[in-house]
Amino acid sequence: MKYLAEFRDSAIAQSLAAEIRRLVTRPWVLMEVCGGQTHSIIRNGLDQLLPVEITLIHGPGCPVCVTPLALIDKALMIAARPDVIFCSFGDMLRVPGSQKDLFRVKSEGGDVRVVYSPLDALMLARQNPNRQVVFFGIGFETTAPANAMAVLQAKRLGVRNFSVLISHVLVPPAIEAILRSPANRVQAFLAAGHVCSVMGYWQYVPLARRYGVPIVVTGFEPLDILEGIRRAVAQLEQGRAEVENAYPRAVTYEGNRPAQALLAEVFEVTDRAWRGIGVIPNSGWRLRSAYREFDAEVRFDLAAVQSQESPLCRSGDVLQGRLKPNECPAFGKQCTPRTPLGATMVSSEGACAAYYNYGRLAPERLASAPLPAMSG
Amino acid sequence: MNDVVDPSAWACPLPLRDYPSVVIGHGGGGKLTAELIAHLFAPAFGLAEQALGDAAVFDLAGGRLALSTDSFVVRPLFFPGGSIGELAVNGTVNDLAMVGARPAYLTVGFIIEEGLSMEVLAGVVSRMSQAAQRANVRIIAGDTKVVDRGHGDGIFINTTGIGFIPPGIALGAQRVRPGDVVLINGPIGNHGMAVMSVREGLQFEADILSDTAPLHDLVAMLIKAVGDALHALRDPTRGGLAAVLNEVAAAAGVCVQLDERAVPVEANVQSACELLGLDPLYVANEGKLVAFVAPERADAVLACMRAHPLGQQAAIIGQVLAQPAGMVTVRTPIGGTRILPMPIGEQLPRIC
Repeated sequence: MKYLAEFRDSAIAQSLAAEIRRLVTRPWVLMEVCGGQTHSIIRNGLDQLLPVEITLIHGPGCPVCVTPLALIDKALMIAARPDVIFCSFGDMLRVPGSQKDLFRVKSEGGDVRVVYSPLDALMLARQNPNRQVVFFGIGFETTAPANAMAVLQAKRLGVRNFSVLISHVLVPPAIEAILRSPANRVQAFLAAGHVCSVMGYWQYVPLARRYGVPIVVTGFEPLDILEGIRRAVAQLEQGRAEVENAYPRAVTYEGNRPAQALLAEVFEVTDRAWRGIGVIPNSGWRLRSAYREFDAEVRFDLAAVQSQESPLCRSGDVLQGRLKPNECPAFGKQCTPRTPLGATMVSSEGACAAYYNYGRLAPERLASAPLPAMSG
Repeated sequence: MNDVVDPSAWACPLPLRDYPSVVIGHGGGGKLTAELIAHLFAPAFGLAEQALGDAAVFDLAGGRLALSTDSFVVRPLFFPGGSIGELAVNGTVNDLAMVGARPAYLTVGFIIEEGLSMEVLAGVVSRMSQAAQRANVRIIAGDTKVVDRGHGDGIFINTTGIGFIPPGIALGAQRVRPGDVVLINGPIGNHGMAVMSVREGLQFEADILSDTAPLHDLVAMLIKAVGDALHALRDPTRGGLAAVLNEVAAAAGVCVQLDERAVPVEANVQSACELLGLDPLYVANEGKLVAFVAPERADAVLACMRAHPLGQQAAIIGQVLAQPAGMVTVRTPIGGTRILPMPIGEQLPRIC
C-alpha cells in the first residue's frame, strides 16, 4: 500500500528508536493525545522499542472514552423509539450506558444501523421520509466537518426527518485543562495529526508558549509516532518548547480552510462534559441556532434520561499506580475477565487482566506483566 | 470541572457482557459465542466444553465418523468469488476435513423468505450442486420451510455433513504442544472483505474475491505427506485467525506466537481493512486452514501445501510456546510484541 508501507519500515523504526535512546539523558513523560495513536502504539508494540526513561500517557483523544454517559443514555432512549432509525459509527454500539448499550437496544427491536458517514444517514432519511433518522455525531474536530456537511445539506434540501445527536469535543481546551491541573505530569504532547489536518496547528502555538511545553503534530503510522517522540524528546533535552509539525504530508499550519468555514457556519463553541473529567469550558461544539432544528436533543423529549456511573471499579487507582490489581477487593471475585467491572480487566492489555491471566499460572511472573495501557 | 485532571486515570468504558437477550455478537464466533456454548448449550446437552472442535468425532458400527452442522446467513446472497450456495457446501465439508474426515454425505435445510425470486433460488441451488460435485460429496436429504416476507433474509441454509475418518488419524487441539509450527495455506481476510465491500458499496481497483473452497483434498494430501506429525487443523472462519488461534491456545494450554509479518494478506484486502478500521486477523475466511505441525515436518507440510492449488501462497506464520499458556501473542513487524485477544463479538469499524 503506497503511503502506508513506507511508514511501517522496521529498519527505519529501529534507527529512530536508537536515535531516541541516544538523545535521552533523563526521564520524560509524553502524552499521545489521540486514541488512534494509542491504538497504533499498542498494535505495533512501539512502547517496547523506547528507552525506560520515556513514559507514554494515553491522552483524552478517544471519543469512545470521553463521550459522557448522559449522552450515551440519550442515544439509547432515542434509538429505542419505534419511529427512529438510529445511525452510528460502529464502535459506539458497544459503549455501555447506565443500563444497556446500542447492541441491546437493537436486539430489543430498535432500528440501529452502522454507517461510515453522516451523509449515508442523510441519504437514509431521504429514502425513509416517514421515519426519523438520527445520526450519533460524536468525536473531535476530525469527524466534525462531515457532520456539519450533513446538517448543511439537510437544511438546503429541506430534509425534515433528519437530526444529529451532537457531542463534538475540541482538543486544545483539553490539553489546556491537563496543563492547568496541579496533578499534571505531562511534559510534552504528540498532537493528533488528523485533528490538525482539519484545524491546522496555529491554535497550539500560544499553548506551547504559555505553558512551556513542546507540542509535536504527529501522525499514526509507526514511523510517524517514533518521529514525533524523537522530536519531542529532542526539544525536552534541549530545553525548547515549540510547536513542530512531524506530519507534513497531511497537516499545514492553517489547516483545511473550507472545512473550517463550514464548521464556523454550522457550529458554535460551547461548554462540554467529558466522561471521567467533568465539564471543560468552551471545549466543544453545538449547532448554531439557525440549525438547531436538526439537533436531536431539541427534537426529542429526553427529560426522562437518568444516568448513573458504576461505583465499584477501582481501575483509576490501578492505572495511577496507587493500587495493585490483586489488592483490589473485587479482584478475582466479582471482577474477572469474564465478568469485568473495569476496563483494566476487560482489555487484554489492561493491568488487571494481565495480573489475572499471568498470576493464576505463575505468580512470579507478576513482576514482568505488561504495563497498563488502554486504547480507544 | 474537577480540580485535578489526571489523564492516567482515564480508561475506555468497559463493554457489557451479561446481556439479558441475544445480541448479534452472540453469533460472531468470539467470546460471546463461546460463553453461550460454555454456559448454556454444553451443560444442557452434557458436552465436555474442551471437546468442541469443528466437528464431532465418534465411533459407530466399527468405524470412526465425523459429524458437523453449520447454518449460513449471508447478505448479499451472491458476492465476488461465491455465493451462499458454495459457502453452505464448503463450510460443512471444511469442518469435517479439519478433524481428518473424508466428507461423504450432506443434508440441507432451506429456510426461504416469501417473495424470493425463483431465479435466485435456482441460482443458489445450482451453485450448491456444483460445489458438492467439486467436493465429491452427495446431498442426500433435505428440508424446505418458507417464512413470511420480512422474517428472513432471502434464504438461510443449514447443512449437516458426515464423513469417515481413516484409521490412525487423531487430529485435535489436545495434540498441540510447545515447539509445534503454525502454518496457513494462503492469504487471510478475502472472504470477509469480499462480502463487506459489496455490502458497503466500496469499490477497489481489483475486486476482492471470496476464498470459498473445499479443503478436504488438501487435508488428505497433508495427512498422506506427514501423517502423525500433523497435530491439529482449524479453519479460521468467523472471528478469523485470531479466534481459532485463541481457541487452540486455550484448549491445548499453550501460547501461540504469531509472526505478523509472515501472515499473508493481499494488498487490496489490507487496503480495505485500513479504510474501514478493521484488522485482517479478525476477518472471516472460507477456504483457509491453520495447521499445527511437529517442527521437524513443518517444511514438508509447507512444500505439500504449496504444491496444491489451494496452498500456493502457504506460509509458516508462527510457533507454539509453553508460556504464557492460553494466550496468543503477536510479534509485530516493527519488532514489538502484543497480545492478540479473542474477539468479543463482531468486529466493529473504529471511529478513532
